[in-house]
Amino acid sequence: MSSVADFFMNSPHPPQLARIVERIQESDDIFTLRLRFSDAALQDGYRFTPGQFNMVYLPGAGEVPISLSSDPEEREGFAHTIRAVGRVTQGLAALGRGAEVGLRGPYGRGWPLAEAEGKDVFVVTGGLGCAPVMAVIHYVLKRRERFKRLVILQGVKHSHDLIWRASYERWAQEADTQVLLAANATEALWPWHVGSPIDLVAQAEFDPAHAVAMVCGPEGMMVAAARALKARGMDEADIHLSLERNMQCALGLCGHCQLGGKFICKDGPVFAYPEVKALLERGGL
Amino acid sequence: MHADRFLPHAALQGLYEALAERGYAVIAPRVKDGAIFYEESRHPDSLPWGIRLEQDAGASRAVQDTHTQCFAWANGPQALKPLTFAPRETLWRIKRTAVGFAVEAIEHAARPLAVIGTRACDLAALSIQDRHFLGGPYPDPGYAARREDMLLIAVNCTHPASTCFCASTGYGPAAEAGFDLALTELEGGFVARAGSARGEELLAALTLENATPEQAEAAAASVRHAAESQTRAIPGTQLRDALMARLDHPRWREVAERCLACGNCTLVCPTCFCHAEVELPELDGSGSLHAREWDSCFGERHAYIHGKQLRPEISQRYRQWLTHKLATWHEQFGRSGCVGCGRCIAWCPVGIDITEEATALLK
Repeated sequence: MSSVADFFMNSPHPPQLARIVERIQESDDIFTLRLRFSDAALQDGYRFTPGQFNMVYLPGAGEVPISLSSDPEEREGFAHTIRAVGRVTQGLAALGRGAEVGLRGPYGRGWPLAEAEGKDVFVVTGGLGCAPVMAVIHYVLKRRERFKRLVILQGVKHSHDLIWRASYERWAQEADTQVLLAANATEALWPWHVGSPIDLVAQAEFDPAHAVAMVCGPEGMMVAAARALKARGMDEADIHLSLERNMQCALGLCGHCQLGGKFICKDGPVFAYPEVKALLERGGL
Repeated sequence: MHADRFLPHAALQGLYEALAERGYAVIAPRVKDGAIFYEESRHPDSLPWGIRLEQDAGASRAVQDTHTQCFAWANGPQALKPLTFAPRETLWRIKRTAVGFAVEAIEHAARPLAVIGTRACDLAALSIQDRHFLGGPYPDPGYAARREDMLLIAVNCTHPASTCFCASTGYGPAAEAGFDLALTELEGGFVARAGSARGEELLAALTLENATPEQAEAAAASVRHAAESQTRAIPGTQLRDALMARLDHPRWREVAERCLACGNCTLVCPTCFCHAEVELPELDGSGSLHAREWDSCFGERHAYIHGKQLRPEISQRYRQWLTHKLATWHEQFGRSGCVGCGRCIAWCPVGIDITEEATALLK
C-alpha cells in the first residue's frame, strides 16, 4: 500500500504562484500580463511552444485557459494577452504589477514551428487580439532567416477593433512580408479591405506548395480560411488551426473540451486541418 | 487454480468479519427509499434479502418478495462510481497571506474499501474509469488513493432487470476479470471463486467446503439463464462509423422532443467521467476552495465558451452524449463506453431507451 501522501505529492491540480512583473493595456478590454514564477527554479526550468496555454488562476474566482503570447526563448518570464470577457478575466484585468496569480502549465500541442522552417508562413486571424498567432508572428520576425515569406492576414468585425495597428503598419514595410487586413465595417480612413478576410486569401503572395498556414479565430471563419487556402493549392495537412473549447482541467480529465474523440486540451489545441475537418465543418459538436 | 468453494448465507457474517480484520470498510447494497444503494455496512442483515427489482424504462422500485436470496436483483442507480470518482472533491485550497496567497494541495485520507456485490457491468465500467483517471499523462491522485486498495467481491447476475442488456455488450452477466472474489448466488448460499491472491486468502480463511459439481452447474446455469432472459440489446458493439455517418439523422430531433436534458443518464452512467471545476470562496475572503463536481454534457454550462454555447440545442447535446458513448469513445478507449447496465433507461424520467435510440438511428 502506498501512503496517501505519495499520491498527492505530485498532484497535477494545484497551481504554482506567479507574480505580475508588468501590465500593458492593449485596448479597452485587452491587456497583457508579463509574469514570472515566484519559485526561481521553476521559472528557470519553464519551457513552452507558442500555441500552448497555461491555466491562470485568480484566487477566489477560478481558472481560465490562456495561450502564451511571449517568445519561448525568453527566460525571465512569459506573457499572456487576455481579453476581459468573463468573471475571471475581468478580475485578472483589475490586477496590477506585483500582484500574484496561480499558474499551471504549459499544456497541449503548440504550432508546428520546426516544420515551418524553410517555408512560407501564412498566418490567418479572425477576431480580436488573437494571441496564439501573435506569438507566431513575433517568433518568425525574430528569426527571419529561418523562414521564407511571411503573410499576415487579419480580419476584424469593425476597424476600431484592430489592436496593434501600428505593428501591422510596421510589418507591412518588412522585406518578404505581406500584411492583409480586412474589416466588415469601418470608420473613415481605413485603407485596407472592407469585407471578409477570406476574400484576401486570393491576394496573398506565397508558394502554396512550400508553406505552412496557422489559423486562429471563430470556428466558421477557420473552416472558410482552410477552404480558401486549399483552393490556392495548399495541402490540407499544411494548414493548422488553434481550437478553443471550454477547458476546465487542462489534463484531459474533465471532458468539457471534447470534439468528437479529441480532447482539445491535450490532443490540441493546435490541429492539422485533416484531423478535425469533418467535425468542424459540421458544427454543433 | 483453486477449486470453487460454497459460501453458505450463514457464513456471510464471517466474510464481513474477515474483511474488517484486514482493515477494510465493507460497502454493500441495502434498500433505501425504494432503491438499492451501496453504503457502508457492518452486518449482512442489511443486504437486500428477499428483494426483487421492478425496473423498466423510466421506472425502478425495490419490492419485498418472499424469496430467500439477497442478490436477486440487477443494480441500483449507483455502485462503484461514487466510491472512486467522488461526486464532489476539493482539489486545492488557498489562504490569503500578507503578500498574496498560499496554495495547499488537499490530501484525501482514503480507507481501503471492500465492495460486496459488484456487478460485471460495473467492473467493466471501472476498468474504463481506471484508464481515464489513471492511464494518462496526469494520473488523478484522489482517484488513485481511493482505488488502490479497493477489494472487489463481484456477484454474478442471475436476475437481470428488463432494462439490462449486458449480454449484447459482452460485459456480463458473469464477471470475467478485475475482481478478488466472484460469487454466484443459489438457494442457501454462493458458489465462490477467487480472482486474486487476496481473494484466495480470504476464502482459505473462511474454511469453506468445495462447491459440488451440482452447485457449480446450477451457478453456471443461472448465469446462462440471466443472459438468455435479457430482452433488450444494443445493436452492435462497433457502431462508430455507422453513427458518425448519421449525424444529420432526423431521430436526433425526434429524441430531443422527449429529452428533458436533465442529465440523469450521465449521472447514473458508470462510465461518464465529465466533471466541472468550481471555486468556493470563503465569505470573509480569507481563503477559497477549488473543487470539482460531477457535470453533464446535457447542461447549459458544458459546452459554453465566453459568450457562446457550442451545443445550444438539446438534439445536439443528446447527439454528443450518444455519439461519445457509442462512437467516439472507441477513439479514446478502444472500446464502446456502454457496458449495458441499463441505468440510463431506468433512471430517465421520460424513459428514453439507449438501445431503442441506437437501433432507430441505424435505420
